[in-house]
Amino acid sequence: MVVFFTLGTSSPWSTYLTTMPIQTEPMTVNIGPQHPSTHGVFRLRVTFDGEEILEVEPIFGYLHRGTEKLAESRNYTQVVTLTDRLDYVSSMINNQAYCLAVEDLLEVEVPQRAKYLRTLTAELQRVASHLMGLGFFLQDLGTLGTPLMYSFRLRERILDLFEMLCGARITLSYSRPGGVFFDAPDDFWPALDQFLKDFDTDYQEIEQLILENEIVMVRTRGVSVLPLDVAINASVSGPVLRASGLDWDWRKMAPYDAYDRMEFDVPIATGGDNYDRFWVRIQEIHQSIRIVKQCIKQIEPGPTRADVPLILRPPIGAEAYGRVEASKGELAFYLVSDGGISPYRCKVRSPSLINLTVTEHLLVGWKLADMIVTLGSLDINMGEVDR
Amino acid sequence: MNCILAPDNILHETLLFRVIYEGVGAMLPCGLSYAVAGIAIMLLLVNGVLLGAGLFSWVERRLIGRFHNRVGPNRWGPFGTLQPLADLVKLIFKEDLTPRGADRILFSIVPVAMLAPVVLMMAVVPFAKDTALANLNVGVLYILAVTSITSIAIFMAGWASNNRYAMFGASRGVAVLISYEVPVVMSLLGVVLVAGSMSLDDVVSAQTVPFLLVQPMAFFVFLAGTSAELNRTPFDLAEAESEIIAGYHIEYSGVKFALIQAAEFGAVLTSSAVMVTLFLSGWSGPISNYLGWAWFLMKIGVLAFIFSWVRATFPRLRIDQMLAFAWKFLLPLSIINLFATALEVYFFRDSAGALDTTDLWIMAGINFGVGLSCLLIFGTLIKEKVRPAGPLTGATFSLGEAD
Repeated sequence: MVVFFTLGTSSPWSTYLTTMPIQTEPMTVNIGPQHPSTHGVFRLRVTFDGEEILEVEPIFGYLHRGTEKLAESRNYTQVVTLTDRLDYVSSMINNQAYCLAVEDLLEVEVPQRAKYLRTLTAELQRVASHLMGLGFFLQDLGTLGTPLMYSFRLRERILDLFEMLCGARITLSYSRPGGVFFDAPDDFWPALDQFLKDFDTDYQEIEQLILENEIVMVRTRGVSVLPLDVAINASVSGPVLRASGLDWDWRKMAPYDAYDRMEFDVPIATGGDNYDRFWVRIQEIHQSIRIVKQCIKQIEPGPTRADVPLILRPPIGAEAYGRVEASKGELAFYLVSDGGISPYRCKVRSPSLINLTVTEHLLVGWKLADMIVTLGSLDINMGEVDR
Repeated sequence: MNCILAPDNILHETLLFRVIYEGVGAMLPCGLSYAVAGIAIMLLLVNGVLLGAGLFSWVERRLIGRFHNRVGPNRWGPFGTLQPLADLVKLIFKEDLTPRGADRILFSIVPVAMLAPVVLMMAVVPFAKDTALANLNVGVLYILAVTSITSIAIFMAGWASNNRYAMFGASRGVAVLISYEVPVVMSLLGVVLVAGSMSLDDVVSAQTVPFLLVQPMAFFVFLAGTSAELNRTPFDLAEAESEIIAGYHIEYSGVKFALIQAAEFGAVLTSSAVMVTLFLSGWSGPISNYLGWAWFLMKIGVLAFIFSWVRATFPRLRIDQMLAFAWKFLLPLSIINLFATALEVYFFRDSAGALDTTDLWIMAGINFGVGLSCLLIFGTLIKEKVRPAGPLTGATFSLGEAD
């Protein structure tokens, strides 16, 4: 106290003490491309003041494989295998989106059973993808992998089901232009029933463990809020948009495949923070399971693939935009035909890339620990971002 | 040459030391046999702690495997018990890298500086009747002094590594360790007040009622503070894997990494040992004259299991939340506990200044009441911070037309 009194109010030292905030030298750190929680090879060049983020520069392209260009030199059926590798945790939905675009080009009507099978597998895939998103979100929050392992336990079951359908677990290529690859084998349906039976208890375990955990709350509520106007201006879609409070789901607005015959709700949250994005995914899983159950009830025997030739030749100048609500947002394929056996142009509207455009808005001003969690809550997939 | 240890020597109480000293003393000069006995005990201690750390690393991996619905390491040795050995062999044969621009000397000191306090802590802990390696009369103070070396080691690691992630980890680690030292010290003062001594032997013999019951708040604060100082979830900020990869030890590999890991796993055991001694009545239990060590190890096992359990369950706090937890929650709690305990001791003690079992039970009752009401008051105070007012998610379902 004596020191303060003797220095007085006019000395430069005391003005320094009272007016100057404690400043540290800004520090620039490269987060990624090799970092355990950037979900692949995403890179952020971040300037920190202590722990606080001053500037963010997202850099990507480390996983660029030229999918769109490759599609121009493959025939329409072969391109399906390229779409598997876009968002490699939800290939079923990617296949579906691409096939919808090709069918639109060819003006082919898909058989009912194939539509139901696509809907069913797409919803299972959405569950798998969301489980992975949730698991890694919680992993980024600092859990030691317990929720991640719980979600992987369920995801493995879904991948087993896919293996029964098409022999692959990740790169599925199950949907084909005109329908699906094969009808489901006989032992698929009992296995699916068993999965749905086990799902409730296993999923409940995850929810009980984490949904109302105080530390999760304190870490995620009110953090990195995405206001609705920013979200709309950045044309964000999917759970990220719905967490900001807009009812926007292509399964409801422009039903494709068998969605027009399904009853389901679209979970909407209004906060737009990390917790709401997490919560929306948790609830969407419930709705997806609801859709799967309805599909099982409604599906009827019949052909699973329309009669399409092996080599597809859409008419010259035909254009199509196949759009689905993928697990991460609006996924669309824009195809232009020049009458040849491969697309003249194939453009992918990948939700992850467009959802990433709000990164800077979400991250600046928050702390290093929040940054990782926010990236986790956006649930990006680099295969889709870099294409 | 019959060497007899003088009764005023601080190692006179240590049975093991005296036996070795007097046995070797029959053949060697007294000064030399003093050194031999000292080195023998030292080797026993260091190897004991390291072996325990190795074993605990296996136990924890198995446990966390079970928490994850996995099996855990089970290939090498019966139930995988030789896994730590396999890890060690692998780490010894790995290249020992020092990053360019690192401060070489500091960089190499760190693993030793991390391991030393862990081993030193065990020196004053009695594992059974009369087996503390040194029955210091300031045992509690010694433990607090020794554990604070860790913060220096962590900062040395962060500074010497020439890595920004390591620097993040180090600055976090130091902030956390300094903050949590305060409530931990405050909570231990309550124990010292009740026991009337800082010697760990006296603390154990004073526990006719385990201090877990007499000092519940102190136990809670000490448990939280210790897991923060051990860098374990939910307080593992200094080495937050998902944020700063490995924090302060990001650049360590090979033997140095092995030593740091051994220090981390060993620290869990030694901290559990200290907690057992201070709060769970140490080695005492039925037939404790013969089975004291068994009781001691069993209680350590229980506490270590709790540490693993917590580690497998919780997410991590943010740095500001964590510091706020220390200063705004644990510190007031420990001060209230200290104040209550001081009043109780003042009123209950007899003319010699001692407390008997009935007094301890009454104190346990009062302290539980105080603890619960404190938790309630603080819980309501911080509730708004944890769950802001309003609906849980502000979420609605948009009902589909068909529903």
